[in-house]
Amino acid sequence: MGLTAVDIFKHLPKTNCRDCGVPTCLAFAMKVAQKQASLDDCPHVTDEAKAALAGESAPPIRLVTVGAGEKKLELGQETVLFRHENTFLRPCGLAVMLEAGLDDAAVEAKLAHFKTLEFDRVGMMLGINLVAVKSAGDAERTAAVAKKASEALGLPLILMGGSAAELAPAVAAVKDTRPLIHAATAENLDEMVALAKENGCTLVVQAADPGALCELTPKAVEAGVQDLILQTAAASAGGILQDQTVIRRAALVKKERRLGYPTLVVIDDEDPLDAATKASLAIAKYAGIVVLKNDSKPVLLAAVTARLNIYTDPQKPIQIEAKLYEVGEPTDQSPVLVTTNFSLTYFTVEGDVSASKVPTWIVVVDTEGTSVLTAWASEKFSAESIAAAIKSTGVEEKVGHRSIMLPGGVAVLKAKLEDESGWSVQVGPRESSGLPTVLRSWSPN
Amino acid sequence: MALEMPTERWSGKLNTVTIGAGTRTSVVTVGGETTLPFLKFEGETPNPPVVAMEVLDVPLADIPPALAEPFGDVVNDPAAWARKCVDEFGAEMICLRFAGANPEGADKSPDECKAVLQSVLQAVGVPLIIWGCGNFEKDNNLIPVLSQAAAGERCLLGSAVQDNYKTIAACSLADGHLVIGEAPLDIQIQKQVNILLTDMGVSTENIVMYQTTGGLGYGVEYAYSIMERTRLAALSGDKMMSMPMLAVVGSECWKTKEARLSEDVAPEWGDAAVRGPIWEATTANLFLHGGADILVMWHPQAVAQVKRTISELTGEGL
Ligand code: B12
Ligand code: SF4
Repeated sequence: MGLTAVDIFKHLPKTNCRDCGVPTCLAFAMKVAQKQASLDDCPHVTDEAKAALAGESAPPIRLVTVGAGEKKLELGQETVLFRHENTFLRPCGLAVMLEAGLDDAAVEAKLAHFKTLEFDRVGMMLGINLVAVKSAGDAERTAAVAKKASEALGLPLILMGGSAAELAPAVAAVKDTRPLIHAATAENLDEMVALAKENGCTLVVQAADPGALCELTPKAVEAGVQDLILQTAAASAGGILQDQTVIRRAALVKKERRLGYPTLVVIDDEDPLDAATKASLAIAKYAGIVVLKNDSKPVLLAAVTARLNIYTDPQKPIQIEAKLYEVGEPTDQSPVLVTTNFSLTYFTVEGDVSASKVPTWIVVVDTEGTSVLTAWASEKFSAESIAAAIKSTGVEEKVGHRSIMLPGGVAVLKAKLEDESGWSVQVGPRESSGLPTVLRSWSPN
Repeated sequence: MALEMPTERWSGKLNTVTIGAGTRTSVVTVGGETTLPFLKFEGETPNPPVVAMEVLDVPLADIPPALAEPFGDVVNDPAAWARKCVDEFGAEMICLRFAGANPEGADKSPDECKAVLQSVLQAVGVPLIIWGCGNFEKDNNLIPVLSQAAAGERCLLGSAVQDNYKTIAACSLADGHLVIGEAPLDIQIQKQVNILLTDMGVSTENIVMYQTTGGLGYGVEYAYSIMERTRLAALSGDKMMSMPMLAVVGSECWKTKEARLSEDVAPEWGDAAVRGPIWEATTANLFLHGGADILVMWHPQAVAQVKRTISELTGEGL
């Protein structure tokens, strides 16, 4: 975040002594704002002023880390309120809840289930990022369950409990993985802050609403813990929406430092539709971490998908390299299909081709990551571009026949493509789900 | 120091649109918001969004068990289907889509379609959305017949696009209906469609915008962002972008694999009986937060969920 000349000027001695080599303090402030001078060039600026300015120039939402190693999550430092203004940068963490009060067999079953909460989407494996271990009061039990969960899944933990005493053994048990401590409240702030500080952990600060949070976060910072995550008491859709919006806006627009941290939302709903829809709300509306009590596969699949969509860069669709792809082990007599380099399109087609069990070549045309019809409408998927791809991908050296299949949606390209490429063109089904049937009886014409 | 609430002062306000008149026993009013969706600290949402359920003039073909089960036989009879949506599932409007008129499909005649429309008008008292088949030539013959058959009922006619809006606009003027102005996820085109419609004499209070939709995992983010941008434009005072928005949710979602595949085929995705409804409800919820005022939906469980959310978002307290 750049500071303006006015922001800087406020902190200068305003004596116009010229020791910096500039006629006035204001002129000096302008130079600093334009990065033509350094604050250190003024010998009279106080240490307090320097600290204040360093604070003001820090990002409005602090970058906060949870966990350690490969699976750690970096949250915060977001820059916009609406994804179209730039993009949302750091996908929120999805957490599922593990009650430490469960018996061993139930804990084992949960952990085995959590391992399945990972889904293949557009060529990426996406799933949960954290497990929230919820204490039932017995500190030793919580520590044992936390250790087991950490070892079984290798994911960072959120340790949830009402007091530092209840959580201290668990924190100690998984200290190296930098668990997130949940939660400091007005009642237990000092002890929770001490626990977080001692173990170098990030801390969740919890209060009724954003206003009440403003009273707690400065205290935590003063006591030495700066890596904070905010949570309000909101549980309804309306409450979540208001609080999340107030926090993000206050931090970004009003530069409200006390709320300049990522947030956490807990969704307690058991009903799968309520859980999934509230998760999508929290994901779209700025949550840093979403903790779900309903850990069923369909709910997580929807949440993972919503997160992928909301965090996709609006200027740059997810795309793959344009080249010749092999599904299975195709030979010189295998079918050749053509499609676009939009990841969603390619992986949908690839999935259906795999399902057919017919080894197949797929020529992928560079359409700048757009779908078949979008690319056709914008002339990126045209007879010319497909013919060029047939040449450049080298498919002509790989197969003996000269027959290529078009998506049904762009059947109109057939005649022109035959002219341009010299290949014979088959029109495939509109939806790639029709491919298995077609491929099983395929022959070059 | 107390928190200073980061409230925006907007100069604009969404148009208020009322659908239904004549023999309708209820009317639907949407629009009038003075805030981004549902921000109580900022402004008013005088008319909560509504759910319309979709009914086709031809039976739903090839649908997964999770979607077929709640409807049973009624999908063979548009009037019974519509009645079930209203009486049992709480639909506030019926969106009657004449998919069967498409020349590439059943190619039903305008008269056949008119009979279906009349049976549905008889069967339910809620306001209607009447949507053509999407083939320009056919719709230009079909919509006038349907429009006239429902004259005075203040139906919402779909849809006027940049390259085909004149017939629909003329029908709305002649028979007292409203128009859906459609654009392919493009703000400039949407505005152009609105201008073309108003130039023909359709008042801004008689237009609802439809910017096309993508389901969860299949372009939902494009529609979500277009809706957000449109709402921001309206609140900033752009009168040509201040119409309430409609989103088609059911048909978009139920064509995705995630909604359709059985658990046998996709065990990694879990219970298909809830997966489809979740897909639809989640998509609808995202559109609510984008700024949609009318959601066109299919599955009763998703409908119930979305209605719960709307009352949570607009009811008393938080
Ligand atoms: C999201 C979207 C966009 C996004 C882009 C998304 C992207 N990265 O491509 C944005 C907003 C940018 C966009 C822009 C435009 N879009 Co657009 N867009 C859509 C939307 C909503 C979804 C597209 C999508 O992602 N589909 C999913 C993918 C997986 O589908 P697919 O690529 O077609 O693949 C399927 C099949 O084709 C088939 N298949 C694919 N490959 C192969 C190969 C073989 C061999 C076979 C057999 C089958 C097969 O199987 C796949 C799965 O079923 C559709 C409408 C809709 N609901 O479908 C409109 C749509 C495609 N867009 C359309 C238009 C007109 C445009 C614009 C030209 C509008 C404009 N004037 O601005 C622009 C052009 C953009 C540009 N200048 O580059 C029209 C196209 C109309 C037409 N029939 O020509 C559509 C249909 C909307 C409409 N009804 O008007 N769009
Ligand atoms: S040296 Fe410092 S106090 Fe003196 S004029 Fe420059 S900015 Fe002002």
